[in-house]
Amino acid sequence: MSPRFVLTKLLRALLTLALAVTFVFVVLRMSGDPVTQMLPDDAPASVREQYREMWGLDRPLPEQYLRYVAGLARGDFGFSFRDDRPALDVVLERVPLTLELGLSALALTLGLGLGAGILAALRRGSTVDHATMAFTILGHSMPNFFLGILLILWLAMTWRILPSSGVGTWQHLVMPTVTLGTSYAATVARFTRSSLLEVLHQPYMRTAKAKGVPFGRTILRHALPNAGIPIATVVGLRIGALIGGAVVVETVFAWPGVGQLLVSSVAYRDLAVVQTVVLLIAFTMVVVNFLVDITYGWLDPRIGAGRREARA
Amino acid sequence: MSVQAASTARAGGRMPRFLARRPPVVVALCSLWLVLALVLALGADRIAPFGYADQSLLQRLKPPAFLGGDPSHLLGTDGLGRDVLSRLIYATRASLLIAFCGTLIGSAIGTLLGFLAAHLRGWVEEAVMLMVDFQASMPFLIIALAILAFFGNSFELFLVVVGFYGWEVYARLTRSLVLQANAQGYAFAIRTLGVHPLRIYARHVLPNILSVLIVQVTLNFPELILLETSLSFLGLGVQPPQTSLGLMLGEGRNYIATAWWMAIPAGIAIFLTTLSVSLLGDWLRDRLDPTLQAAKD
Repeated sequence: MSPRFVLTKLLRALLTLALAVTFVFVVLRMSGDPVTQMLPDDAPASVREQYREMWGLDRPLPEQYLRYVAGLARGDFGFSFRDDRPALDVVLERVPLTLELGLSALALTLGLGLGAGILAALRRGSTVDHATMAFTILGHSMPNFFLGILLILWLAMTWRILPSSGVGTWQHLVMPTVTLGTSYAATVARFTRSSLLEVLHQPYMRTAKAKGVPFGRTILRHALPNAGIPIATVVGLRIGALIGGAVVVETVFAWPGVGQLLVSSVAYRDLAVVQTVVLLIAFTMVVVNFLVDITYGWLDPRIGAGRREARA
Repeated sequence: MSVQAASTARAGGRMPRFLARRPPVVVALCSLWLVLALVLALGADRIAPFGYADQSLLQRLKPPAFLGGDPSHLLGTDGLGRDVLSRLIYATRASLLIAFCGTLIGSAIGTLLGFLAAHLRGWVEEAVMLMVDFQASMPFLIIALAILAFFGNSFELFLVVVGFYGWEVYARLTRSLVLQANAQGYAFAIRTLGVHPLRIYARHVLPNILSVLIVQVTLNFPELILLETSLSFLGLGVQPPQTSLGLMLGEGRNYIATAWWMAIPAGIAIFLTTLSVSLLGDWLRDRLDPTLQAAKD
C-alpha cells in the first residue's frame, strides 16, 4: 500500500469530519437564538446582552465558528440541561452498551450473512439457495421495529423464554441482536452469494481445480479473497444503517445505549446531547470508512498501488 | 457502464414487449396489493367505516370481529376506542403520501444536482460530489433526528427532511449517466446543430437515462417508507391526532400484551408494501436493464 493512498484517504476522512462539524454549527445557529430559549421571556434586555457577550454570541460568525471548533477540540461539547452535567460525559457512559449491541449484531451478520451467502452460491438452485434468497428478500423488507415487536410478542409474552427489555444477562442481548442483525445479514448474504457466483466461473478457478487443489482450499484461498471487495464494501456501507437501526432497536427493547439517549434527547430538545451524539457518530463513520478503504488496499493490492481512484 | 447507457437508448423500444409478456404470479400479487393500498389511500374518506380520530370510550380495546369482537369493528378498536381498520386505512394514506412526496423531492433535487455537476464540471462538480460523499457517510436517520431536534417538529419540516433522503444516490447516478451520454454520438450531433443545452438535456439525454432512474425509485421508495415509519414509530415523525403506519405501531406497542391487534395490522401493512415495491422493482429491473437482458439472451 503506497503512503500516498493512505494519505489521500486520511485527508478525505478529515474533510468529512470538518463537514460534519460545520453542519452541526450551521444547524445550531440557524435553529434560533440560544439566549431566547434559555432565559425567561420577561428577562430584561441588559441581561440578554450580558449573556450574549458571555457566550461570545455578539462576535462575528466566523469567529464564533472558530471558537466552537476550538471548544470541541478541548472536549467542550456543551452542557446537558436535562442531566445538569457536561454532554460528553452523559454520552460516553452510554457507549459501552451500544458497542455491545452493535458488535454482537455485527457478529451475527457476518456469521449468518457470509455463511448463508457462501452455502447458497456453492449449492446454487438447491433448497438452501432458495431459502437464502427468500431470507434476503424478507429480511430486507421487514422493518426492524416490527420484527422486534413480533419477537417480544412471541418469545417474551407468549412463550416467556426471554426478557422483553432491559440489560444485564446474555438473555437480554438475544432479541435486540437478532432484531438489529437480520436485515443487515440479509444484505450481506445477497452480496456474498452474487459476488461469489461471479468469481466461481473465473478461469483461475478452473485452473486451480485442474491442477488438483482441494475444493475447500479453492474456495478459501482463491474465490473468497477475490469476492471480498464487494462484500467489504457492503459491510462498510451498511455500518451507517446499523447505527441508524440501533437507535430504533434500543428504543424498542429499552436498551439504555446511545441510540435511546439520542431519541429521548431529541424529544426533550436537549441540544448539547444531540450535537454530541451526532458528532460522535460522524467520527465513528469516518473511522469505519477509513478502515474499509484500507481493507480494500489489503484485499486487492492493485487498489493501493497508487492507481488513481475512479469515481463511479 | 457505457454499454448500459448505450443500450438504454433502445429501452423505449422494449417496453411493449415486456408488457406483452405475462408477469409471474408473485409480481401479480404484489401489484394487486399495491393497487389495493392505493385505492384505500385515495378513497380513504369514502371507504373507512369510521373517522381516524372518532373516539368511543365505551368501545375501548375491543378485539377484532373474527375473535369474537363487535362485528362493526372488523379489526377491533384501540385504547381510545378508535376503529383500527379505519385508522389503518388513513395511516396507509399518510405513509404512502409522505413516501411519494419524499421520492419526488429527493429525486428532483438529486437529478438536478447531477445534471449541474455533469454540465458545469470544475468546482461545482467537486462541491456536489463532496456533499454526496458526506451524505453517504452519515446515517440519514441520525441527520433527520438532529434536524427535527434543532428546529422542532412540524409536518412540513418532516416532509422536507424525509424528502432529502436518497438525493445523493440520484445525484451520483445522474452525473455519471449524463457524463456518459454527453460523450456519445447522438448528444454530440445535436450539440453541433447548435441546440440549447437545456433542450438537449430535457429532450434527448433525460429520456435516455430515465429507465435507470426509475429503477432507482423502486429501490428508494421502500427505504423511504421504512424511514418515515421508523421516525413516526419513535414518536418524532407524524404527530397525533394525525396517524401513520409507524405511529400506529408505536402507539400499539404499549398495548402489545393485551391488545396486539392495535400494532400488528400496521406492521403487516408496512411489510407487505415495502416487500411488494421491492419485488416489483426487481422484476422491472430485469426488464428495463438492457445489460441483464443481453446476458440472458
